[in-house]
Amino acid sequence: MPPPTPAAAPHHRQLSAPALRDPAWLPRVAWTLAALALLWPMGVLTEFRPWVLLEPGALQPAIDFVGAFFPPRTDADFLRLLLRETWRTVAMATAGLALALLLAVPLALLSVRVLSLSGLAGRMAVGPAVLRQGVRWLLLVLRSVPELVWALVFVRVVGLGPTSGVLAIALTYSGMLGKVYADILESSDTHAAHSLMRNGTGRLQAFFYGLLPQSGAELTSYTVYRWECAIRSSAVLGFVGAGGLGQLTDSSMKMFNGAEVASILLVFVLLVWLADRLSAALRKDLA
Amino acid sequence: MKLVLQAATVLHPSAPSGAPAAVRAASLEVQAGEQLAIIGPSGAGKTTLLHLMACALRPTAGAVLLDGQDPWRLPRPALQRLRKALLLAPQVPPLPPRQRVVTAVLAGRLPHESLWASLRSLLHPQDLALAHQALAAFDLGDKLFERVDRISGGERQRVGLARALVSQARLWLVDEPLSALDPTRSRHALDALTCAARERGATLVATLHHVDMALAHFPRIVGLRDGAVAFDLPSARVTPAHLQALYAQHLHELSGPVDLAPDEFPGGPVPVGMLCR
Repeated sequence: MPPPTPAAAPHHRQLSAPALRDPAWLPRVAWTLAALALLWPMGVLTEFRPWVLLEPGALQPAIDFVGAFFPPRTDADFLRLLLRETWRTVAMATAGLALALLLAVPLALLSVRVLSLSGLAGRMAVGPAVLRQGVRWLLLVLRSVPELVWALVFVRVVGLGPTSGVLAIALTYSGMLGKVYADILESSDTHAAHSLMRNGTGRLQAFFYGLLPQSGAELTSYTVYRWECAIRSSAVLGFVGAGGLGQLTDSSMKMFNGAEVASILLVFVLLVWLADRLSAALRKDLA
Repeated sequence: MKLVLQAATVLHPSAPSGAPAAVRAASLEVQAGEQLAIIGPSGAGKTTLLHLMACALRPTAGAVLLDGQDPWRLPRPALQRLRKALLLAPQVPPLPPRQRVVTAVLAGRLPHESLWASLRSLLHPQDLALAHQALAAFDLGDKLFERVDRISGGERQRVGLARALVSQARLWLVDEPLSALDPTRSRHALDALTCAARERGATLVATLHHVDMALAHFPRIVGLRDGAVAFDLPSARVTPAHLQALYAQHLHELSGPVDLAPDEFPGGPVPVGMLCR
């Protein structure tokens, strides 16, 4: 049905004309209300009462602690300690990520449906489909156990120290990296890879010549971002005895030494900034 | 390679149920080393027919025989080995934008290369002379080390064709090789393609929108309309009446090629890229 033209219908009657009623409006209102109705009980459940923050009894200790942040501690002794622990944290994150890659890359390649030969013409065959789904489930299990839990397990096995942190990061991150690598590869343009496989090229060759050039930059920048996350993770793992900046933060916090905490946080900001620059440079280089 | 279609019918996997088959009961016999062009109005099923020949689509009825073998009765590894003898060059050249031309061309050799050799070639191209020779046949010798996204659409299409020249396939299936080329380039490209196929003894099947080009360069013409073979004649015996009948209601396409939207498999909805990782 053609919409009425302004000439055919006077202006004030247009809005009531059925053709001009936006059919998307009512669903939008309904979904917004439904979202609010779902959020309310969640707020109650999590005791979400932001105004508590502003009560003087709660505010004063927080202000005192943050006030102690200034000036950050910068004497040579502490800086030397800070440097050593920073290096240990970076090493833990890097080693953890490298181990994670060893596991994540083969698992991602095994689970990528785009590289299915039987899926080239019609549906994927049962065997390969089951294998790919199985690997996806393995990745899901690996990443659903928080690294903190893995770390607590490994602290019992290998004792206190960075090794347990490295292993914990390796396991959780291999799950995350493998899943996201597979997703990136599957959502990229597969024309080139499929065309190669249709002409008899192997899966790995098709990956290196068809898929990787399409999504290399995205994969790299995601990996660098995960490295940044691993640095933050290693801080949390330090609280359970995995060493590094986290352990330092833990002891400074326990002693309410705001100046030390401030210095440590500044190092974190610096590391994240570094990761950000690295990622930007790599993306520019690979674009 | 000898190619036989026996009353082959294909329903597109993503076609809505009840839609007519894209290729209906097509029968065709192509001898080893023969060259033929498939012409027909847009939507006639030319690309689907080519995919059927390339084992990219499975016939829903009838059969495809390659050298007397039904590829769909082979175990999967054997089918993949058979695919090494096939070269399907899609209309949109399948070249990753960030790849270099030399790598994109040498990718034509992958089916006959070990994984190790192809990885080494990725670091340092192993067969530069071969790649250069193939590109030179299409007048692109100077683009060897350019990046694919820094060359023009017509150049990209010819890079896609150059890939055929380095491959060791025995059946070349080329989809609309001229859609991005001007008339002079078109003639040149078709000459290079047919010549190279003849030298190597490869069978060449091309779909073409340019009827004149098809008649001038190919000894045998197959007219396709609504998914069925309308005629299959030596090009000398194709008359204007044949063409009028083939392009009835699409006569504007006879005078000049239309710009086609790239028609790879029209799949389901494209997944939305992940925004937050």
